[in-house]
Amino acid sequence: MTFYPLDLAAIGLGIIFFLVIFAFIFNKKEKFILNFSFSVMTLVGLLAVVAGIWVVYDASAYIMIFNLGLPELPFHFRLDPLSGFFLATIGLLVLYISIYSLGYVRAFLGHKSIARFIIFYCLFIAGMFMVVLADDALFFLIAWELMAVASYFLVIYEDEKVDSKKAALLYLVMAHIGAISILLSFGVLAGAVGGDMGFGSYTFDAMRSANFPAAWAGVAFFLAFFGFSIKAGVIPVHVWLPEAHPVAPSNISALMSGVMLKTAMYGIIRIAFDIIGVFPWWWGAIVLAFGLLSAVFGVLNALMQNDLKKLLAYSSIENIGIILIGIGLSMMFTSFNMPVIAALALTAACYHILNHAMFKGLLFMGAGAILQTTNEQNMEKMGGLIHLMPWTAFLFLVGCVSISALPPFNGFASEWLTFQAFLLSPVVPTPIVKLIMPIGAVLLALTSALAAATFVKAFGVTFLGRWRGKVVPKNREVGWSMRIGMILAAFTCFLLGVLPTFVINMLGNVSNQLVSASINTNMDKYNWLWVTPIVAQRASYSGTIFFVSIALIILATFFIFRLKRGAVTRCNVWDCGFGGLTPRMQYSATSFAMPLRRIFGGVFSISEHVRLKYRLRVNDRFVNIIYKPIVRLSYFISRQVGRLQQGRINEYLIYSFVTIIILLTFLK
Amino acid sequence: MDIQITEQIIIMLAALVLLTAFAMLVQRKIYGLISLFMWQGIFLALTTAFVGYIAHRYHLYISAVLTLLLKVILLPYILRMLIIKLKISREVESVVNVTSTMLIGIALVIFSYQLTAPIRQNSAFVAQSIIAIALATVMIGLLMMITRRNAVTQIIGFLAMENGLFFAAISATYGMPLVVELGVAIDILIAAFVFGIFSLHINTTFDSLDVDKMAQLKEDY
Repeated sequence: MTFYPLDLAAIGLGIIFFLVIFAFIFNKKEKFILNFSFSVMTLVGLLAVVAGIWVVYDASAYIMIFNLGLPELPFHFRLDPLSGFFLATIGLLVLYISIYSLGYVRAFLGHKSIARFIIFYCLFIAGMFMVVLADDALFFLIAWELMAVASYFLVIYEDEKVDSKKAALLYLVMAHIGAISILLSFGVLAGAVGGDMGFGSYTFDAMRSANFPAAWAGVAFFLAFFGFSIKAGVIPVHVWLPEAHPVAPSNISALMSGVMLKTAMYGIIRIAFDIIGVFPWWWGAIVLAFGLLSAVFGVLNALMQNDLKKLLAYSSIENIGIILIGIGLSMMFTSFNMPVIAALALTAACYHILNHAMFKGLLFMGAGAILQTTNEQNMEKMGGLIHLMPWTAFLFLVGCVSISALPPFNGFASEWLTFQAFLLSPVVPTPIVKLIMPIGAVLLALTSALAAATFVKAFGVTFLGRWRGKVVPKNREVGWSMRIGMILAAFTCFLLGVLPTFVINMLGNVSNQLVSASINTNMDKYNWLWVTPIVAQRASYSGTIFFVSIALIILATFFIFRLKRGAVTRCNVWDCGFGGLTPRMQYSATSFAMPLRRIFGGVFSISEHVRLKYRLRVNDRFVNIIYKPIVRLSYFISRQVGRLQQGRINEYLIYSFVTIIILLTFLK
Repeated sequence: MDIQITEQIIIMLAALVLLTAFAMLVQRKIYGLISLFMWQGIFLALTTAFVGYIAHRYHLYISAVLTLLLKVILLPYILRMLIIKLKISREVESVVNVTSTMLIGIALVIFSYQLTAPIRQNSAFVAQSIIAIALATVMIGLLMMITRRNAVTQIIGFLAMENGLFFAAISATYGMPLVVELGVAIDILIAAFVFGIFSLHINTTFDSLDVDKMAQLKEDY
């Protein structure tokens, strides 16, 4: 019997379900199952990575039918490059998080049920694996629900907190609204397949080969887009996300933000490119618009947060926005029949999915380490942690640099590709699209800059300065298993940034499958150094050379300035002659965000409360009921009429201006 | 000169006209505004001359010289005199909400491009996008009149609008007949005079040039 990647994935799933039963039986030996389960989950993660990368390189699809579920509709498994890529991404993060959890979950020993955590942890991960492996609507939805419910129980794990309960309930409700919408979408698709296939029309294979009427395809796509958007936290259906992420245990936040949101991206890509396949350009434009909205508003909200994990949660919304921008662009280019640029945008989106999983996982792991050392989540009370936990500080900094899209780390590589896709948009034949696209590029640039500001704030306020709280925490650096988890993630961020060509080469098979084109990566002798999306004259980037030159400059600076004798003198902080500085006088998280809060004031709904007031008034009831409304109505009408005639020249000019514009628009 | 190079120069000059229009939208100092207006006039005159060259319509040279005289020398001179008379040379006008004004301006440019798309396709003119830029300049001038309060700034906004119209005329039809152009030029000159006199009167009556003050003329209800 030959051995296929799908068998590996199936073995992984089998191990997970075995672990669930195992944890259920041995729920009294908490320490043992903790060490055992997370060690085995590390192995499962590795299996998934191997299976995923294997199938992506192999560039073929493997199918398996498992006789469970409805009699007419057994579970269909399918592993193709797209699901392989997602499987590998999920597996990689599961690998790191499981190592990290060995140390992190130990803190719950003694006062929380470990078995409960492990069971839902395993089910959650199994759910994510099955979502990307599913090849029929029923199995997909079962996996989807398993993932949602298991993560609900993980969010509510620390159920003594009131916040947890509220957030988890909100999450559950939103997740189910999304699931219903996805269910309806599959219903529409299966109905449109037609024929006498019975339950057979619910398999993705039947949907792939069907020709959908345009209207029904549109209904199905937008139902699915709505449902997946809720899961992904696309603005304006994002409200559950910034509530649920901060209250969940940090390793769970890392998984939810790093990979669970990505399963929604998987769903959108699968339905749009693979199942429906043919669509008008404005679908892509709508996806793009929501991507831009999420990116800009997500990062603006992230900047305003003082809760470290909430900040990271909003930043996830931003990154989902960036991924959606890539997907939307790719859809537009596909519908204009420009496969190479579509492949570029899709590669950028997939690359960012992988990158975001890595650095957001890293950052949430860092936040968890901080939480465990200091028992504090509010940045206003932190500060100076770089002295307490230098390892975490450095690794968190790597995450911050990556997410701020600074070269040579991985965030830059994928955002750069997204920009390249944007800059190629003038080739689009529709003039209005051509004119509006640059604005999108500008918004993306704004997002990147604001993201950098956000993470300067996150790192600066948390790790630099001095401790702002009352009592300096006694704990020091976290244990080695947590550190190793973070080091691996940080190292992956670095590798993905320095060697982008290899990743892009791998992703070429994914884009080949979906838009039947790929960015040509030349893997010759020296050419692997350079990423050249279209032609070298236009733009190219080399992470490796960039890294080497930065490293050389830093080393040179270090040797010149630091190794001189007496180059650094330490003395007291200058206090402007005021005397007696306290840590509370430091630049705080709120004050850091203030200039941008002023500039973008219109975006938020800010309420500042200063004091309460007591007021008493007793009125005649009849006057209120009968007379006041009449008086008010007549005043209201006359004011509305009077508003037209304010006597201001500028307003009269506006009237004529608007009239001209309307006439030009409709009577041209 | 090569036709293609001339074409490129015309497009660049058109872009500069649009740029000055945007700059005028947010310039707060009144002297700065006048010099921007002057620059717009210079670019306009140059464009006219180049279009005349490329299309072999030599009466456009006269238009160019006329534009230069009127819009670069005479009108700025009148405006400067007016400012000195009104003693507002050092005033800095408060421009509300620069960001949204600019964004509306950008939207107007896109709108003009979209609007003129059918015309541009039929036009035989070499640099077709100029029609869109001309329309955008007109609208930005109007937008400037809407957003500003100072009476003198509004005059400049009006004149900028007229620049846009002139530009549209050149680009769409290689300029109007010379007689019409002369008439329009004199109209503009007279309008500037009338505006100037009005501003002086506004200033004496309200003790300010803020057009918002004129809302006082309205009866309260």
